[in-house]
Amino acid sequence: MADEATRKAVSEIPLLKTNSGPRDKELWVQRLREEYLALIKYVENNKAADNDWFRLESNKEGTRWFGKCWYIHDLLKYEFEVEFDIPVTYPATAPEVAIPELDGKTAKMYRGGRICLTDHFKPLWARNVPKFGLAHLMALGLGPWLAVEIPDLISKGLIEHKDQQGS
Amino acid sequence: MSTVEELKLRVRELENELIKCKQKSCNTAYQASSRPKIAQMSSEVVDSNPYSRLMALKRMGIVEDYEKIRTYAVAVVGVGGVGSVTAEMLTRCGIGKLLLFDYDKVELANMNRLFFQPHQAGLSKVEAAENTLRNINPDVTFEVHNYNITTVDNFTHFMDRISNGGLQQGKPVDLVLSCVDNFEARMAINTACNELGQIWMESGVSENAMSGHIQLISPGETACFACAPPLVVAANIDEKTLKKDGVCAASLPTTMGVVAGMLVQNVLKFLLGFGTVSHYLGYNAMQDFFPTMSMKPNPQCSDAHCRGQQQEYQKKEALRPREEVAETEEEVLHEDNEWGIELVSEVTEEELQSASGPMPALPEGITFSYALPSESGDSASAAPTVGEEDLSLEELMAQMKKI
Repeated sequence: MADEATRKAVSEIPLLKTNSGPRDKELWVQRLREEYLALIKYVENNKAADNDWFRLESNKEGTRWFGKCWYIHDLLKYEFEVEFDIPVTYPATAPEVAIPELDGKTAKMYRGGRICLTDHFKPLWARNVPKFGLAHLMALGLGPWLAVEIPDLISKGLIEHKDQQGS
Repeated sequence: MSTVEELKLRVRELENELIKCKQKSCNTAYQASSRPKIAQMSSEVVDSNPYSRLMALKRMGIVEDYEKIRTYAVAVVGVGGVGSVTAEMLTRCGIGKLLLFDYDKVELANMNRLFFQPHQAGLSKVEAAENTLRNINPDVTFEVHNYNITTVDNFTHFMDRISNGGLQQGKPVDLVLSCVDNFEARMAINTACNELGQIWMESGVSENAMSGHIQLISPGETACFACAPPLVVAANIDEKTLKKDGVCAASLPTTMGVVAGMLVQNVLKFLLGFGTVSHYLGYNAMQDFFPTMSMKPNPQCSDAHCRGQQQEYQKKEALRPREEVAETEEEVLHEDNEWGIELVSEVTEEELQSASGPMPALPEGITFSYALPSESGDSASAAPTVGEEDLSLEELMAQMKKI
């Protein structure tokens, strides 16, 4: 499933400790702190490896997340807005990451632009509850999806670089 | 000056209005032909009695008291390919109350399945379903909720409706039916039902439309949805030959109709007390094979409420006088539930064998969708865990924003 680069990136993301979901009061705050620590570390690692590719932030309860991800293809940067809710069953189930602006453009999506993850993702997540967090979701879920789908969508002319739009 | 986005939104709003208007004019046409409510189910065999063939079940001695169906409230979560047909069957059977939950809209891409019609495209599924079902049987009470049950706020409301949405306000529903198409929603229903001690039935159709299953979950008594990795009916299709390029899921009206039929049959048997209620019934469409089984709850289930319900159940069982019944149930035993890191994707035979201690010997044709490896056999926790930073959540949020 994961290529060598992804494996290495994932192995450098700190693992989480607190098995707590958004319905738990204080433990959820603890879990959120760990989520942020892991995400910050992952983004810093990406920047150090010259592979910075997303930003995320959440509402104050940490139940709704949004941000941007981008993908470089032929030296051009394609940027998309990302969003997802933390399900009540988190971390037993991973959130469903959505890129609403690509809804309807690829069959590898469910309603509302939720990305269709590989068959390998869910078992992998299940085996690593509660150690995997949102940083792992990005690295093993959204990252590989973008790497496969974006070049395909560009080649089919379904997405255009911002500079070429409206011309 | 409005932006393009705003105008697009306005167009969509107006389109929805139009659909609703069309729907209404259709309905007034219907309503002229729809019947008034019936106070008492009659077994009189006349053309005008919608319940005569159902009440015949009583005369034939299959069901002791068919009218009892009017005293039950059933919640259907997910009104898609399986859920809509399930709701229609229960409506036609004269169920007392139906609660429908779905956040989706009817789309033309749904037309390969049963129930919804092209002119309903754009309406919310629960709204469209209520319109149709009320016309089929005005005796049924409907309560519909157009939202996603897995988000925190909606989940609280969902739990409240399960515990208070019965036929008599304030009483719990009699049964919850899961007709959803994803793991997250199933786990949410499982969480709610374990907390409330609510009996529910799960249903599912595989993404290649070639197998399906139904499962009765009685918290504490039978395995819950989190007790073991999801069970799947082996479709006997070589995964390597299965092309998944460019598609997420396939669906067929046939497979979904079969599964909805199996589900509602089990519901009727459960509610009206006839025949044998299945704990698990699978359907393999390629070979026309229907495996059955029963699974006890996992004492180490990751859901604390499931473990609590198990204790409650055992206490109750201990007090009950023993009946001599030959049990053939197999136990799920996980020696440890500490799930470690594993970056190998393929589930090999060895992995399945060594997976989390002894797995129950599942009957032919049923497997787990994946194995959980035991801690010891793991490729070690390569990554460090998060440090004990003293920063508050707010400080971390600010730090993340600044990067």
